[in-house]
Amino acid sequence: MHPFSYTKVSTTREALNAGRSGGRYIAGGTTLVDLMRETVERPDTLVDISGLPLRGITVTGRGGLRIGALVRMAEAAADSKVRTTFPVISQALELSASAQLRNMATIGGNIMQRTRCAYFRDVTAACNKREPGSGCAALKGVNRTHAILGTSGDCVATHPSDAAVAFAALEARVHVLGSDGRERSIGFADFLLRPGSTPHREQAIHRGELITAVEIPVHPRPLVSGYLKVRDRQSYEFALTSAAVALHVRGGVIREARVAAGGVGTVPWKLSAVERHLIGERPSEALWTAAAARAADGARPLEHNRFKVDLLKRTVERQLRIVGGSR
Amino acid sequence: MSTELPESTVSPPTRAPFTTSRRTFIATTTLAGGAVVAGGLFVGPNALGDESAAEPPSGRVSLTVNGVRHTVMVDNRTSLLDLLREHLDLTGSKKGCNAGACGACTVLVDGQRVNSCLTLAVRLDGAEVTTIEGLADGEDLHALQQAFIDQDAFQCGFCTSGQIMSGVGCIKEGHTGSAEEIREWMSGNICRCGCYTKIVRAVDHAARGK
Repeated sequence: MHPFSYTKVSTTREALNAGRSGGRYIAGGTTLVDLMRETVERPDTLVDISGLPLRGITVTGRGGLRIGALVRMAEAAADSKVRTTFPVISQALELSASAQLRNMATIGGNIMQRTRCAYFRDVTAACNKREPGSGCAALKGVNRTHAILGTSGDCVATHPSDAAVAFAALEARVHVLGSDGRERSIGFADFLLRPGSTPHREQAIHRGELITAVEIPVHPRPLVSGYLKVRDRQSYEFALTSAAVALHVRGGVIREARVAAGGVGTVPWKLSAVERHLIGERPSEALWTAAAARAADGARPLEHNRFKVDLLKRTVERQLRIVGGSR
Repeated sequence: MSTELPESTVSPPTRAPFTTSRRTFIATTTLAGGAVVAGGLFVGPNALGDESAAEPPSGRVSLTVNGVRHTVMVDNRTSLLDLLREHLDLTGSKKGCNAGACGACTVLVDGQRVNSCLTLAVRLDGAEVTTIEGLADGEDLHALQQAFIDQDAFQCGFCTSGQIMSGVGCIKEGHTGSAEEIREWMSGNICRCGCYTKIVRAVDHAARGK
C-alpha cells in the first residue's frame, strides 16, 4: 500500500474543499482499502466522510424514498420503509457480500464500487480501466464472469453491485454536491458509464463531487418487487446473472414493469424490451417466457461466458414468475 | 496478499526505544519498509533500506480494545487487524485473506461485526473494539465459545475466532431463526476444514441458550 495522508471532515463544506484539492473520499472503505492494498488504487489523501450527516432514510413528499449516501448496506436493508416499499432493494442488499461487509459498506460507496475483474485487480495485467491504453487482458483471457452486454473492444468488465441493479430497475436518481456547493441529481441510467473507449471513466460525476443520497422516485402502488441472484455458490459471491423486477398490476393487467439485470452488463442493465413486452398484458406463464426471451437482446458473449445468454433469460423468467405469480 | 517478510531479509530497527518482540519486529518491517510509530514512540525507520528516510504519514488514535484504552500513533496504512496483532499483541484475530473474503479477522467495532483487515486503524478514534480475547468473563467462557467446544465446531482452529466473533454478531442481529438463516448470515466466514454443520449447530445452541 502506498503512503497516504488522512483527514477526517465533519461538514460537507470541509469535505468538498478537501475533495476539490484532489482528496479521495472514503466511507465504508471495503473496496477502496482492498484495492489500495493491491496498489490498484493509490490515493495521496483520504478524506474520511463517515462523520457527515448523510445517514437518514426518508420518505419524500411525493412518496418516493431518499436513502442517505452514508447509510450502511445493513441499515438500508433492515429499514422498515425500504423493506415494505421496495423489497427488491432489501433483497439485493442482503444478497450482497457478507454480514460483516454490509455493516461497513455504505449506499454511496456501493454504487461507486469498482469491478471485480481479476485483470483489473492484478497490476501486472493489461487493463484499460486501470491503466488507459494498456489493453484488455480479459478479451482473450479467462472471461467466464465477464459482461455480455454494454461491452467494448477496450473493456468487458461487469459492474459488481447488486443494489445498483435494483436502483437501475427503479430508475433512481443520484444526488451529488459539487465543489461549488450546488446540488444536482443524475438519473441512474446516466450515472454509471459504459466503457466505450474510456473504461477508466466509470461515473458521471466530476472531481470532488460528493454523493449525498440515492432517491427512489414514486412508483404506483401496489408495487410488487424482488431480486434474484444466480452465482457459483449459494452465498457470499458476486452474480453470474441477477434480475431485479418490480411490477404494478391493476385490474389483472400489468400497468408498470421495471426490470434490470446484473452480472451481465458493464453497467446494471435495464431491460427495456422486456418491460415493453409486459406492459398492458395479463400475467401468465406464457407472458413470462415471451418477455424473458428478450432479456439478452444485443448480447455479445465472449469465449467463456456464452452460458450467460441462456442463464440470463432463465433468471429473468424465473424472477418474473416469482414476483408476478404463476397463473 | 501476505505482507510478512522472511526475517532474514530485514535488519533490526535501528532506534527502537522499547523492547521489540518478534511480532512487533515483523510489524515494523512489513509496512512497506516504512516507519511505524507506536505508543507515541518512534520505532524502526525503514528496516528495508534507506531509500525512503521520510516517515510515512501517521496519525494518533485513541481507542478501547476489550475495555482497555490505548492511545497509539499508527502509520495511516495500518489495518485494525495489524494494530491488534502486531502492536497490541492480541493475536486471536487471524489474517486469512487480508482482503475481506474469509472472515478470519472478524471483530466487533462499536458492537458491530466487521472485517478488521479492511478497517484502517487511523479511522477508529473513539471506537470500542471487542476481539476474541475480550469475550470471556474472567474464567467464564462466552456462551458461544462454550458452544463451539461442546459441538466440536472446529478442526484446525484458524477460522474459529472469526467464526465466534461473527456468530456473536449474528446472534445479536437476530438472524438465528433457522439453520438456513444462520448459514446465510454466517456466510462471510470461510472454514477450510468444513466444520460448517457443527458451527451452525453451535451458533444455534448459543442463540437458544442451550
